[in-house]
Amino acid sequence: QKVSVRVLDHLEQLALVDFRDSEGVERLQKAIQFADQLHEVNTDGVEPMDSVLEDRCLYLREDDVTEGNCTKDLLENAREKVEEYFVAPPGNIPLPKLEERDTFLQGS
Amino acid sequence: MAARGCGGVWRRARQCGVGGPGSGPGPSPRGQRAVACNARGGAVPAGKSGLAPWIPVVGLEVHAQISSNSKLFSGSRVQFAAPPNSLVSFFDASLPGTLPVLNRRCVEAAVMTGLALNCSINKKSLFDRKHYFYADLPAGYQITQQRVPIAVNGSLSYSFCIDNKMSQMVTKTVRIKQIQLEQDSGKSLHDDTRSQTLVDLNRAGVGLMEVVMEPDMCCGEEAAAAVRELQLILQTLGSSQAVMAEGQLRVDANVSVHHPGEPYGVRTEVKNINSIRFLAKAVDYEIQRQIEELENGGTILNETRAFDSKLGCTVPMRDKEGKQDYRFMPEPNLPPLILYDTKSLPANMNHQQVINIDWIHERLPDLPSVKREKLVEQYGILPEHSFTLLNEDGLAEFFESVVKQTQMKAKKVIGWIVNDLLSYLKQHSLTVKESPVSSFLLADLLNLLEKKEISSTAAKQVFAELWKGEGKTPLEIVKEQKLELLQDQKELEQICQAVIDGQENE
Repeated sequence: QKVSVRVLDHLEQLALVDFRDSEGVERLQKAIQFADQLHEVNTDGVEPMDSVLEDRCLYLREDDVTEGNCTKDLLENAREKVEEYFVAPPGNIPLPKLEERDTFLQGS
Repeated sequence: MAARGCGGVWRRARQCGVGGPGSGPGPSPRGQRAVACNARGGAVPAGKSGLAPWIPVVGLEVHAQISSNSKLFSGSRVQFAAPPNSLVSFFDASLPGTLPVLNRRCVEAAVMTGLALNCSINKKSLFDRKHYFYADLPAGYQITQQRVPIAVNGSLSYSFCIDNKMSQMVTKTVRIKQIQLEQDSGKSLHDDTRSQTLVDLNRAGVGLMEVVMEPDMCCGEEAAAAVRELQLILQTLGSSQAVMAEGQLRVDANVSVHHPGEPYGVRTEVKNINSIRFLAKAVDYEIQRQIEELENGGTILNETRAFDSKLGCTVPMRDKEGKQDYRFMPEPNLPPLILYDTKSLPANMNHQQVINIDWIHERLPDLPSVKREKLVEQYGILPEHSFTLLNEDGLAEFFESVVKQTQMKAKKVIGWIVNDLLSYLKQHSLTVKESPVSSFLLADLLNLLEKKEISSTAAKQVFAELWKGEGKTPLEIVKEQKLELLQDQKELEQICQAVIDGQENE
């Protein structure tokens, strides 16, 4: 079962990934196929596992102030700043709709 | 159990001169409810005008900032006002190589709150990632508890007066669906002139408790009363300071309307509500807007709207168009959060790593509802008065202090507190702490009244004078203004006679 163009377009909008060409999409298909092998295992009556850490103890930290005060270091990475604020565009700039953007998915 | 939901009935008042469907800015300010929310519950049959009644449905999502020294998953400080980006750790800025480390105090705050709201505490809860892009969310996802939150299935009882008179109080209950721990985002300051957004991450990563209430409410008044009670509970527990003005308590309202017997209507989400008063206004406006839209043949969009406090209306919010797909996934860096009780307490674990629900339960302070009951029982005051006392910070303590220092019965003292003192405080926008009249001075004044040395009219005069805060005692003011009640029989007779004589001469 191939992943539909609708889903690929949805993923590009949500995650801002660019499948770029048929090779990119093929790689995704193969990854899904690889993971689908899990369905071959009989998991009746078995609780789903979502982390190999599930038996580890979640470490609880004491409520002390131990970090912060490194404005200069943080802003060093910023391309644009204004008086110790990070600068961002006025709002989210959504990816143009499928019909309007230059993507190989259009042809599919 | 008190009535859940109210079957409140709304009818659009017939308005002349209002524009046709889709035109105009929304419900006219002249619009009014034909019938107030029915406190008895259940649908109310169609009224005289023949219009089918509407049942409004209101659900709330409340975000309360946890009162802690450091953030939920990092050691940077939690503080309201500070230089931009000074309270930010590498993890808060989502720099690569950083990992979340859970703050014990935040977990305790959530457990306390869950217990106070009669929830079941999940001994095992999980953390998830909720993905969306926004400049103030550096990681591109928020760590929250979507699948299995820390507390579920609770309830919150709240009361309010019908018809604005302090005479009839109604108690209702709203179900609490769940309480979850999650991260707060940073703050965006929009600079429209330069077409840019300035981002301050000081708030990014601060611990939040999201309290999700089921849609059991039917109008702005109920929503406001429920939030007010939640606020008092949080402040009593100390789990959150819950000051709305400082963003420590944020409320989003989900509103829809439907006809009795029909399925729930499409709901809208209303955000940007900055006070409890505005919450009531926003909810009532949105209910009215939806009714008018539907009665004009329109439809309700499942959208997010913002409340404009200046105009008193809700407007569609940009940047929130279309349904969001958050692609929830388990947070891979955090194992499940395990809580214990006395039975399940592990024998050989480090105390600091163990949270015992029973231990926390035993140490919960008296909740507002319990405090009110105690006040009514101990002092014989009316339930409405106990609400007023707890509603104003410090007022209950002031009242009790006066009662201790005066011979006047508590039942009489209460009038002076909730009427005289409170109205003066409100008039001058002062808190109880800032009152120019101390409990000592008021007690002193009430003693004079109780001993019949002055009349109650004179007492009110003295109170007004005390309010000036010039440092005079009640007795000094009484002497100055000659307000003493005359006890001498002969003197009284002389005065009466003089008055009668004066009348005869006219």
